Amino acid sequence: MKVFVKKLIAVLALAPGLVFAAEGGFALDRAPERNDLASLQNGAKIFVNYCLNCHSASAMRYNRLRDLGLSEDQIKNNLLFSADKVGAMMTTAMRPDDAKAWFGAVPPDLSVIARAKASPGGTGADYLYTYLRTFYKDDTRPTGWNNMVVPNVAMPHAMWQQQGIRAAKFADQPDPHEAGKMVHTFTGFELVEPGTMSLQEFDTATADLVAYLAWMAEPAQNTRKRLGVVVLIFLSIFAFLAWRLNESYWKQVK
Amino acid sequence: MGAFEETQLPSTASRPEKALAWVDDRFPLSKMWKEQWGSYYAPKNFNVWYLFGSLSMLVLVLQIVTGIFLTMHYKPDAALAFGSVEYIMREVPWGWLVRYMHSTGASAFFIVVYLHMTRALMYGSYRKPRELIWLFGFAIFLCLMAEAFFGYLLPWGQMSYWGAQVIVNLFGAIPVIGGDLSEWIRGDYVVSDATLNRFFAFHVIALPLVLLGLVAAHLIALHEVGSNNPDGIEVKDNMGPDGNPIDAVPSHPYYTTKDLFGVSVFLLLFSAVVFFAPEMGGYFLEYNNFLPADSMKTPAHIAPTWYFTPFYSVLRATTADFMYVVMAAVALYVVFVWLKSRLAYRIKVAIAVLGIVLIVGMLPQVLDAKFWGVVLFGSSVMILAFMPWLDHSPARSLRYRPSWHSYLYVVFGLVFVTLGYLGTQLPTAAYTIISQVCTLAYFSFFLLMPWWSTMGTFKPLPTRLTFTPH
Repeated sequence: MKVFVKKLIAVLALAPGLVFAAEGGFALDRAPERNDLASLQNGAKIFVNYCLNCHSASAMRYNRLRDLGLSEDQIKNNLLFSADKVGAMMTTAMRPDDAKAWFGAVPPDLSVIARAKASPGGTGADYLYTYLRTFYKDDTRPTGWNNMVVPNVAMPHAMWQQQGIRAAKFADQPDPHEAGKMVHTFTGFELVEPGTMSLQEFDTATADLVAYLAWMAEPAQNTRKRLGVVVLIFLSIFAFLAWRLNESYWKQVK
Repeated sequence: MGAFEETQLPSTASRPEKALAWVDDRFPLSKMWKEQWGSYYAPKNFNVWYLFGSLSMLVLVLQIVTGIFLTMHYKPDAALAFGSVEYIMREVPWGWLVRYMHSTGASAFFIVVYLHMTRALMYGSYRKPRELIWLFGFAIFLCLMAEAFFGYLLPWGQMSYWGAQVIVNLFGAIPVIGGDLSEWIRGDYVVSDATLNRFFAFHVIALPLVLLGLVAAHLIALHEVGSNNPDGIEVKDNMGPDGNPIDAVPSHPYYTTKDLFGVSVFLLLFSAVVFFAPEMGGYFLEYNNFLPADSMKTPAHIAPTWYFTPFYSVLRATTADFMYVVMAAVALYVVFVWLKSRLAYRIKVAIAVLGIVLIVGMLPQVLDAKFWGVVLFGSSVMILAFMPWLDHSPARSLRYRPSWHSYLYVVFGLVFVTLGYLGTQLPTAAYTIISQVCTLAYFSFFLLMPWWSTMGTFKPLPTRLTFTPH
């Protein structure tokens, strides 16, 4: 009992500090809003070229890309890599057993990945936008790549030719929470070998890809919001009429 | 019983009138309508708190109707379930809308039911002669929790899977039979296809049937004794010359129109969530549940959906250290009952024996904290059922009770919300201590109610309802 009371007092005094100490991990960048059709189409192109070789999007049909302003022929001629029919699902040719042997893990299905990766630290898009831009060269890893958001990730940097090869700089800095202790802290990236894109171009391309992933996680979302406006207007009128009807009856009650 | 006699209507009567007379001779249609709603006289001073009963009915209907359409496309199969939900979201025309209405409806159900229960607590609606209404309502609440729990497994996401695993494992804490019992519930050694199939059966048929029966009983009991009101006095004490209470109005049209207005405002808020924030920041649809269930990957943070978290916090608060506090609390309570209560000597002895058994059972050598966590978790829900017998206040409504009673209810509300918030968070040392304090406060509120509810200066009860005409 005494211990409990002591703990209680200590906790109440320290509570605010402890709450913030619970947060952790690599701070997420905010994914830029790129919801125009051109960006989404570019994102779709990057997706089928660079992601769909290993990852599937098994809930997504190729011809749903028509919602992004593409015609069936455009889809068939430019984007149909892993299937023969535009009505097919976005599957992958890589077998799960091979994936396990090559990478140590089966690449997750990406249909709803942008919804799954949301957290109090940021939206799923923020997570993906940060993750895809923080790969760095690390020769201690089997693939030669490591990542700031997911340390020791099994996935190699799929777009290294575009971003170029970067190394991460770490330095031992004094621990702000404990005097006399040093912590291994990330201080920034260093470009080892430039890629085919400038870093700004790469950020924009990643933003397009992430916008596409966010759209693919819920293709109905634009319809949903458009319809929502109509529904709310209708219900506002209904609520007004219901209110007046109610008032006209209750006027009689003295 | 007299011979059957067909009602004779004048030849000028319209066809619908004749049809109704024909039915009424064979089935009490008009009679039921009059008794249950049309001529059911309800106190005229109902405020906004009285909308949540009819809103619960509305949400129940919404859940049943959207549920029927979801079952048409959903596959209760571990290999197909997750994909079939995405199929509904993408391929089924309007599937996304039906699914969002159902997922938002689950949370909306708990919101309106919690508010409905708050109303009952504020105005003493559970007091004599309305004990059975309260008990039926309590059973509905239990059923609703089971319904939500079973339904949450169906999308077969990570949180579905591990949430079910955690809750079913709670039964494993029961001594001797625990392990076998949780295996029997799952139908397998882990949550699996067998579990999914039986949870589906419970969710779509067993519990909805019980729920509907209980709702009928709840309403019949209510319309038998009549509604309470914000003043907590009986309107039947002031009868008018027409044989109806002076301070009451027929539900139709007065409460039909009021409820219609309530429904319209509710639907506005409901639609705002469905169309613009169906995930509600991860509270209505948890982010982790967009990952398919994986029995090999335990998520770092397993949290039940928000409506269970107050009770879940009580479970998590029960650590081995905390058991000593609980033992001390039980001992104090027994002493308190002996000194302060006017209960019969035999009952006091029974309480003392029970107290000693509990304290011995709580020793770490006897039963571990996990078991008592489950007991406290269950008790935190079950204790609500005893409200009609715990509250001894001379006035039903908080309006005529000492002001500090109202403050106490506010503190209780804050304790409940705090427990709820903590249940959604990862446990830290600080959070555990706060949830332990809240757990003690939660149980004290109920267990000490027979005493504190009679204390203080009560305000005089009015003889007629307080009502301001529109």
